[in-house]
Amino acid sequence: MDAFLLSRLQFAANISFHILFPTITISLGWVLLYFKLQYRSSGNAKWMDLYFFFTKIFALTFSLGVVTGVTMSFQFGTNWPGYMNTVGNIAGPLLAYEVLTAFFLEATFLGIMLFAFRRVPSWLHTLATFLVAAGTTLSAFWILALNSWMQTPAGFEMIDGVAHATSWEEIVFTPSMPYRLFHTLLGSGLTVAFLMAGLLAYRWLRGDRGADVKSGLKVSLVLAAVLAPVQAVVGDLHGINTRDYQPAKLAAMEAHWESMNGAPMVLFALPDGKERRNRMEVSVPKLGSLIVTRDPNGYIRGLNEFEGFHPPVAPVFWSFRVMVGLGTLMILVAFAGVALLWKRRLLPDWFIRVLMLMMFSGWIATLAGWYVTEVGRQPWLVQGVLLTRDAVADLPPAHVGLTLTAYLVTYALLLAAYLASLFYLARRAGVAAEKGETVS
Amino acid sequence: MNVSGLESSEFLPFAFAFLIGLSMLLYAILDGYDLGVGILSQSVGQEDRDRMIASIGPFWDANETWLVLGVGLLLVAFPVAHGIVLGALYLPVSLMILALVFRGVAFDFRKKAEPRFRPLWDRVFWMSSVVVALCQGYMLGRFVMGFEKGLYPQAFAVSFGMLVVAGYVLMGSTWLVLKTDGELQKLAIRWSRIAIWVMVMGAILSSMSAVFADTRIYDRMLAFPELTLLIVMPVVSVILTLLMHFLCGVLPLPDDKLSWMPFAIAVCIFVLGFVGLVYSFYPFIIPGKLQIVDAAAAPASLMVILAGAVLVLPFLIGYTMVAYYVFRGKARDLSYD
Repeated sequence: MDAFLLSRLQFAANISFHILFPTITISLGWVLLYFKLQYRSSGNAKWMDLYFFFTKIFALTFSLGVVTGVTMSFQFGTNWPGYMNTVGNIAGPLLAYEVLTAFFLEATFLGIMLFAFRRVPSWLHTLATFLVAAGTTLSAFWILALNSWMQTPAGFEMIDGVAHATSWEEIVFTPSMPYRLFHTLLGSGLTVAFLMAGLLAYRWLRGDRGADVKSGLKVSLVLAAVLAPVQAVVGDLHGINTRDYQPAKLAAMEAHWESMNGAPMVLFALPDGKERRNRMEVSVPKLGSLIVTRDPNGYIRGLNEFEGFHPPVAPVFWSFRVMVGLGTLMILVAFAGVALLWKRRLLPDWFIRVLMLMMFSGWIATLAGWYVTEVGRQPWLVQGVLLTRDAVADLPPAHVGLTLTAYLVTYALLLAAYLASLFYLARRAGVAAEKGETVS
Repeated sequence: MNVSGLESSEFLPFAFAFLIGLSMLLYAILDGYDLGVGILSQSVGQEDRDRMIASIGPFWDANETWLVLGVGLLLVAFPVAHGIVLGALYLPVSLMILALVFRGVAFDFRKKAEPRFRPLWDRVFWMSSVVVALCQGYMLGRFVMGFEKGLYPQAFAVSFGMLVVAGYVLMGSTWLVLKTDGELQKLAIRWSRIAIWVMVMGAILSSMSAVFADTRIYDRMLAFPELTLLIVMPVVSVILTLLMHFLCGVLPLPDDKLSWMPFAIAVCIFVLGFVGLVYSFYPFIIPGKLQIVDAAAAPASLMVILAGAVLVLPFLIGYTMVAYYVFRGKARDLSYD
């Protein structure tokens, strides 16, 4: 294997492992703030029980997010020098603002949020929780601004092969940025809602059925029921935006090899990149055009218009279906949960088991979504500006192979330790509840 | 853009070189003390280890962010230099990152994983702290030698690695003098006394060997008036070392008087060492290869970052002080509730 492929695999492994953690902390911070505010207004100890249970998970998740993020920031330099050499004038300020406005803020106030509940006045502790949540979200804002710029670059000019900024407003708010930002934030909210529901379902099944577990389950189901349908709408609008600005990606998502009016909606297919057609295609006539153009006979651009410069079709096509499938499932489960809570006040055991099964659905949907958008941008690193293969460092393949192996082993270990700790923390919370250890 | 008679294209690279230097110095001091505590963490029993780690728990994450800022600013302001540095140091950088990964998660896993894994995570925490310090020192050594290949530069880099371990132990042990009491504090006082001798003697020896091995550094340092600096710095260091030596002989004092002073001396030693180091290759950003003015990114983008930094830094310093104030005094057991 050559250093290019190895560097790509390494970056894909790093970024896939990394996103698992921020996608939790971005929303969990706000949920923690909600618990803290509920406690302040009601004085009910169950909210602080929930707060302390989930701050432990937040802290663990946060440190994994930080350390895997540091890894990526170094890789820009070690493996992809062409990226900064070409678009450093754009990417640099965005990354610097992320560090300056978000990283220090969240890192500093995390200490107060985690360890200073009894040291500082309650309002300061609440403020620290707010600032940590704001920091994670601000961080998401900057990094998604940069990612969106790479997808739909604007506000710059090329001088001697190097990008120079002409309008920072256009750079930060590129055409795809608002859609990607809200889509990602909602995805984070759903990931957290189902993670919380799953963990609390696990506690429930172990006989740990205190007021905190009941309220936590209710909060997570309501959160999921509110966010999941909104996500469907935002996702659809994001797709329309992709039609206008990244038609090659959209064609790969839908496996449309030829441009046509009244394109079908492909439900199942095995896209064949060599013969440039679908095998075993099952499709609904005209539905594709109806969804994407709002007109059953609308014109959709096919992959034939981008030959040589479109992404590999199968991974994009399938990732998209995994994401949409899970999103649909989330809507069903969340609505069913809220309906059950409404009618029966208590969730039946079979549904609790469903919630446990759905615990990591957000992770899978998030990864699938990022594969759609990142693989879908290939072969470009910055759409229309810089090809991925032109940015890679000329490193000895053996060195990259070595580090890739080390990363993969490390990540497998850490993922196992993380999951084991999540369940251990859930069991320990149950033991503490039995002994009657609460904050009040 | 005109700042004190200089064109922005001339002024900005130096402003950024200064900011990067400042971030790196703050990183070495701040993450230095928590890495040092990590390196010392296997030298005591479980109870003291918990106290030691509790003393750095609320701070380590923000401390590490200075590295992210320093390397990030290098990346954005001097992309070419960043590429050369990180390309030449691919394997040690990767090793350091892996160690940082393990260290960061060990902080949490040692308390949050099942108790039977705790000794394992404690050991991971200690080991990764050592590896981070060694890698950073080794990379700094390679950097000072302009990434030259051969036995001598490699040996120099390895010994620089050990020097940085000693330096971080100094920061860590003096931090513990400040943040602990009782037997653990007495132990930390003994550590501080040993560490400063090892650190300062090691630093003087390695500066000597760098000066005489490298004609560039030799020419720079043995010219007048630079020579005075070369002589003043070791003399001041030795005076500080003697001060620390005698101070450690009388500490702890009643009411814990002067327990902050070893840490302050250690900070002075670090600042001195840093200034000497930077002076040996200034105005180069990569010693002997690339000058600061030749390596900078486009002025317009740098100006945007500089404006942000100037705006944000006062807030950053302010809330950092809030955090140190909240966790002032002797370290107590860290609990969530």
